[in-house]
Amino acid sequence: MDARQLIDGIVAGNRRALARAITFVENDTATGRAVMAGLYPRTGHAQTIGITGSAGVGKSTLTSVLAREQRARGRTVGIVAVDPSSPFSQGAILGDRIRMQALTGDGGVFLRSMASRGSLGGLSETTTGVVDVLDAAGYDIVLLETVGAGQDEVEVATATQTTVLVTAPAAGDDVQAMKAGLMEIAQVMVVNKSDIAGADTTVAQLRALLSLASGRAWEPPIVQTVARGGDGVGDLVDAIDSHQQHLRDSEHAADERRALVRSQIVSLARSTLQREALVMAERAGVLDELAAEVAERTKDPRTAAEALLVAMRKVGS
Amino acid sequence: MTSTDQKIRVLVAKPGLDGHDRGAKVIARALRDAGMEVIYTGIRQTPQMIAEAALQEDVDVVGLSILSGAHMELFPRVVAELQSREVDDVLLLCGGIIPEEDIPAVREMGFTGVFGPGSSTVDMIDFIRENLPDARREN
Repeated sequence: MDARQLIDGIVAGNRRALARAITFVENDTATGRAVMAGLYPRTGHAQTIGITGSAGVGKSTLTSVLAREQRARGRTVGIVAVDPSSPFSQGAILGDRIRMQALTGDGGVFLRSMASRGSLGGLSETTTGVVDVLDAAGYDIVLLETVGAGQDEVEVATATQTTVLVTAPAAGDDVQAMKAGLMEIAQVMVVNKSDIAGADTTVAQLRALLSLASGRAWEPPIVQTVARGGDGVGDLVDAIDSHQQHLRDSEHAADERRALVRSQIVSLARSTLQREALVMAERAGVLDELAAEVAERTKDPRTAAEALLVAMRKVGS
Repeated sequence: MTSTDQKIRVLVAKPGLDGHDRGAKVIARALRDAGMEVIYTGIRQTPQMIAEAALQEDVDVVGLSILSGAHMELFPRVVAELQSREVDDVLLLCGGIIPEEDIPAVREMGFTGVFGPGSSTVDMIDFIRENLPDARREN
């Protein structure tokens, strides 16, 4: 299937075409870029929602019940679930379907697992593109579940409209650690596993932290859930809907959208630049020598990096 | 393999009712260590669930692990569910307990690779790399 056929298939609701197109976009191939260029004008319909938080707080289970609640409200749901790639083999085990089995038989749900492929920030470089493809395919809701992320993996905020930060009780230290970074990008806070001891303390801590940043146009609500039993998930959907309404009503909506896509453009350009720079660094042919000098402590790493850049600029010009 | 090469995506699934997934997990891990992206769906999968996961994940390979003896019942249903979704270009593998006399029939169903007890994961990895359908290598 070429790009035209894929686009036509997606518009016609063909799930096979959608799955193929996502692969090409994920692999950033020529076909993938052509599909993206053709589909992008069709984006903008979906509510895009990022689900992030530390490993083990229940992101997958919460994503699963959140999708079910959205389905119960008559909305179709696309899900992108990102798991980490091995830094050694670059392979990955993507296990999110295990906790989302209940969704597999539902024609109104499309679930795609992605590996982070060495990218930092809890997403892969092409995740934003995959969210856009699901949006263009007509899903009402697109959920993006990140790799377990603790502190400053804030890329999810530039990939989706509403960021949901999931925490769990007895993670007080995590909450402290999240004072900066993730805490600042979340529009909805979830205290999952709220049936275990310490949930009230966690809620109180979050409330105290949020109160430090007063005067914002949107005050992030705190929602308590027990994802396993589905408790509080209705409240979570209501909170997300409120934020989406806030985005629509905001007089700065157009400015905020421009700021969001601006960071997407910069991010994509940066990753390409980084790859090209690494090729250039190899071509400059001084890296081995510099590494030897730093290893011998006759040169410091900062000076060596400057020397590398000087050599790269000569190669590049 | 560099990060820009196309990744091989493999679905590892356990159809039917047996809950022994140690073998499937060993396979999943070996494939991961060979640089592949493995979608592991867990135990007790129906043929519909397996085919739907293969479709949505756009995998290159579907590997079924079965120990219950129900392969002659379940495998044709998995193949039929894949076909009904036009997922017709994946490499099909199976492993677990497949009696010798059933192997020709299993191959006939489309399972190119049959890996019984004692199979080496290295052989399986080589097999996948050598037999990846050409249609899946386009971009």
